[in-house]
Amino acid sequence: MRILVKKVLRPPTIGLSPMEYQALSKQISPKPTVVKNSIRAFFVGGLICMIGQIIINLFRLGGLTFPEASAATSAVLIFLGALLTGLGVYDHIARFAGAGSIVPITGFANSIVAPALEFKREGYVLGVGARLFQIAGPVLVYGIVTSIIVGLIFFLLH
Amino acid sequence: MNSRKVGNQTVIYVNQPVILSSYSIVGPMEGKGPLGKTFDLVWTDSLNGEKSWELAESKMLQNAMQGALNKSGIPEAEIDYILTGDLLNQIMASNFAARALALPFIGLYGACSTMALGIAVGSMFLDGGFAQNILVGVSSHHDSAERQFRLPTEHGSQRAMSAQWTVTGAGSLVLAREGSGPRITAATIGRVLDYGGKDVNNMGAAMAPAVADTMVNHFQDLNRKPKDYDLIISGDLGTYGLALAHKVLRQSGVDIGREYTDCGTMIYNPDQDVHAGASGCACSAVVLAGDIIQRLKSGELKRVLLVGSGSLHSPTSALQGQSIPGIGHAVVIEA
Amino acid sequence: MFEMIIPAFIVGGLICVIGQLFMDLTKVSVTPAHVLVTFVTGGAILGALGWYQPLVKIAGAGATVPLSGFGYNLAKGAMEAVGKRGLIGAFSGGVEATAVGIAAAVLFGYGVAILFNPKG
Repeated sequence: MRILVKKVLRPPTIGLSPMEYQALSKQISPKPTVVKNSIRAFFVGGLICMIGQIIINLFRLGGLTFPEASAATSAVLIFLGALLTGLGVYDHIARFAGAGSIVPITGFANSIVAPALEFKREGYVLGVGARLFQIAGPVLVYGIVTSIIVGLIFFLLH
Repeated sequence: MNSRKVGNQTVIYVNQPVILSSYSIVGPMEGKGPLGKTFDLVWTDSLNGEKSWELAESKMLQNAMQGALNKSGIPEAEIDYILTGDLLNQIMASNFAARALALPFIGLYGACSTMALGIAVGSMFLDGGFAQNILVGVSSHHDSAERQFRLPTEHGSQRAMSAQWTVTGAGSLVLAREGSGPRITAATIGRVLDYGGKDVNNMGAAMAPAVADTMVNHFQDLNRKPKDYDLIISGDLGTYGLALAHKVLRQSGVDIGREYTDCGTMIYNPDQDVHAGASGCACSAVVLAGDIIQRLKSGELKRVLLVGSGSLHSPTSALQGQSIPGIGHAVVIEA
Repeated sequence: MFEMIIPAFIVGGLICVIGQLFMDLTKVSVTPAHVLVTFVTGGAILGALGWYQPLVKIAGAGATVPLSGFGYNLAKGAMEAVGKRGLIGAFSGGVEATAVGIAAAVLFGYGVAILFNPKG
């Protein structure tokens, strides 16, 4: 049984039913500025990827293969994302850029550092250590489980 | 029996308690807002040397209560009860501030409506003869609230257009049976209503029906109209919640006009990028303790209806997909 | 040093726009955590179907820097390891291929959390 919300209120009360109210609320509440947000996400996200490409190119000039250069670039970008979070800058970038700074791997780094930093006052094991994976945890869980399923299907098909 | 209760939900105070003194402290961002000059103290740093946001909030509340006490001239020993609340789990800021004062303590939770709730309950104690002097206080802190209800402060995300900014601040009042100051003349205790809003980034919309319901009942219980007040002000509905409440009240047959506004729309400038305005326990508390009481004392306002608004969800209830229950508590303050 | 930066910019930007639309146009309970999980899983599935590889070829970092690239690498690693080592590869391949990223995230995440304090 669902927990109760009293349906019939002792009068007087407001002259709208919950359904009428939700319709009104939807009408008045602001919509996200989708076009503006998307343009910002495009430019900031594109810029981060462009910086990534320059770093990959530099690693390749240093003699790494593309997969190696790509992995090393991830590490560099994760370092930068973590550092900008520590300096208190990344949350301001994200307020402007939205998904443009959440989707790149720097956003993954931000999602690791931010909770660890915030909960440091709760100790180094249950604060920093545990919270490090508050958002990275689900990402790794779903990512790794998917990769294993992909591997298993691939194994069965061949 | 000489009943003080009238109608369905309202009490009229016979021995009208007075607000002997008020004190407000806010953080740096609130200090830069349009009401900056009305606050007693503006902290230049929202951590203020404490070890955590929570302890900073508690310190702010303790300092605000001490400030109100000092202004009232009432010795600490003559305070019969302190009534405080905040938004943190187990009202941590209140408990720790009360520990510093070590006076008989009653903790309250009405979410952001707690200041109005504290005034209503404290006035009952005073009118009923259960106390001579009562200290009421509430606090909220942007960063401690973000961390508890939303995301870690350094986590990058975009705030919704309907989201409100939790006020970093604390407000406190000394209420007394005797003395001079604005008087508390009536209160309407609200009921918890849930009109199905689920968006925790749009709490103004979740609370507006409860606030409107309390106002409808208040006007009926006392046989009054909005025009009987110089100012009707809800706690923290914010820009869109206020617009919704106006519409809901008109559709409920209440003739409400420009005398009705919201504390949440007053604290920040539009260029402070807070989207739908202010929220938090401190929102209505610091506007009351500063601006409203000053205007009552100067004679600009004669009779004010403050309707504290509270969103009674928790992070757990939101994660479990529950809609948001709201509440509104109204108090009448007269010069 | 500047080769491929234009396709990286355009494709990377477009992938982020998909993330933005996912946040703005779906229900309000979608948080950054949901976006990240969706991109990793989506990248892994697209990688398994062989649809992500062409994007990496065209756009380089534009496809590998977004978190979908992390998912793509997980799936690619698992499939390559199955090819080399059989069944055990399904378990080891994904994490092996992304080990640098995961280790860097743990190390730098921990280090920064130790050295800095939240600014609010």
